[in-house]
Amino acid sequence: MSGTKGWNRQQMADRIAREFQDGWIVNLGVGLPTLCSNTDIGGREVIYHSENGVIGYGPIAGPGEEDLNLVNAGGQNVTLKPGAAVVHHADSFAIIRGGRIDATVMGAYEVACNGDFANWKVAGAKGGGIGGAMDLAACARRVFIILEHTTRDGRPRLVARCALPVTARGVVTLAATNLGLFEPAGEAFRVRDLAPGVTLEEVRAATGCPVLA
Amino acid sequence: MSQRNKVVASFAEAVRDIPDGATIGFGGFAMPGTPFNLIRALAEQGARNLTLVANTTGGAQQPRMPDIALLVENGQVRKVICAFTAATRASDVLPFTKYYEAGEVEAELVPQGTLAERMRAAGAGIPAFYTPTAVGTELAEGRETRVINGREYLLEYALPLDYAFVRAHRADAFGNLRYWRSQRNFNPVMAMAARVTIAEVDEEILPVGAMDPDDVHTPGIFVHRLVKVPPPPEGLWPQKRQERNR
Repeated sequence: MSGTKGWNRQQMADRIAREFQDGWIVNLGVGLPTLCSNTDIGGREVIYHSENGVIGYGPIAGPGEEDLNLVNAGGQNVTLKPGAAVVHHADSFAIIRGGRIDATVMGAYEVACNGDFANWKVAGAKGGGIGGAMDLAACARRVFIILEHTTRDGRPRLVARCALPVTARGVVTLAATNLGLFEPAGEAFRVRDLAPGVTLEEVRAATGCPVLA
Repeated sequence: MSQRNKVVASFAEAVRDIPDGATIGFGGFAMPGTPFNLIRALAEQGARNLTLVANTTGGAQQPRMPDIALLVENGQVRKVICAFTAATRASDVLPFTKYYEAGEVEAELVPQGTLAERMRAAGAGIPAFYTPTAVGTELAEGRETRVINGREYLLEYALPLDYAFVRAHRADAFGNLRYWRSQRNFNPVMAMAARVTIAEVDEEILPVGAMDPDDVHTPGIFVHRLVKVPPPPEGLWPQKRQERNR
């Protein structure tokens, strides 16, 4: 699943997590984004929010330590940090829509250089999985995306315009892929970082729109 | 049923009068707060042509527990209103998918925060509201939007329920409820959105007056029937999720 070149999954998450600033309230999506909580970001303290109303959750509970009535957005049994709080679902999304989330980190199928992204419906599917993604995408102060740079058959996931139904328009702050960290800049992506051993030419060849150094 | 004692003896009795065609909300986010025992009783009761409101269409978790997927498989469901009508992982196929793609069940896909707020609005006497969520997406196509202070918002309508099935940690006989950790999730807003709320409760139900008023999350005025969940294996309790092989 992981790209053969550049950063592995944890390194992609690490690169995003290093953007987190002290005191931020952060929502981590299911899957790849949860790896951000493993990253050592020095003395900076981040408060993790989960859609089900948990504010201030900590690491995954160890074996035998699980509270079966306490989960994160991915349904994993987590722990609470000192100072944590729990609210109901409507208040949890009031926190989101009210602009209190400093950053949300999500996976995606596609990210476009105009800041659109798609992560809830695949081609040809009748149903979709939106969850909290549309609320978070529309309302978080920063939207960070983690995704492989290309599909399994080599097609770019960083594109000029999304082909799949979008989750929100013009909202992506940064996208981390196995090849580097990229910022939507209108009609092109701007490189913020390249993974070790990756060249700008390789990125351009694997991207569906112009890439600025 | 006494106003002061809403405790009923069995899950079967608690769901006995639910008619065909009812709209029912189910609390729960993953395992916590899901009223598994009431859902199992509804499957045995057999009401049909139901509209079900919940976060997901169920059936994704291992071990399988009674959830919406069971009622769909049972042929009891006309429509679901959920934040997920497909798996988060595109390669996973849910029990619901087969029935949905065959056209046997309808679905309304709603962003999770909008779903919660539509029920909150119903409980709060608000008929509709504007939200920034889903603006510019396929979900907003052909629907009413409005620009307020320079930003575009989508009109969403309240979602009232006939019944809410909730799970709480502690209750008194009047129906005051307290939840434990992330058990809370949708349960309080569903209880307020429903005409009739039925709660299954972890702990022995306390006498009226035994709960501190400041510790009540859902006031008893919103709750109509209570059933204590028996210990396993008779009663159903949240399980540790088994990680699927990837």
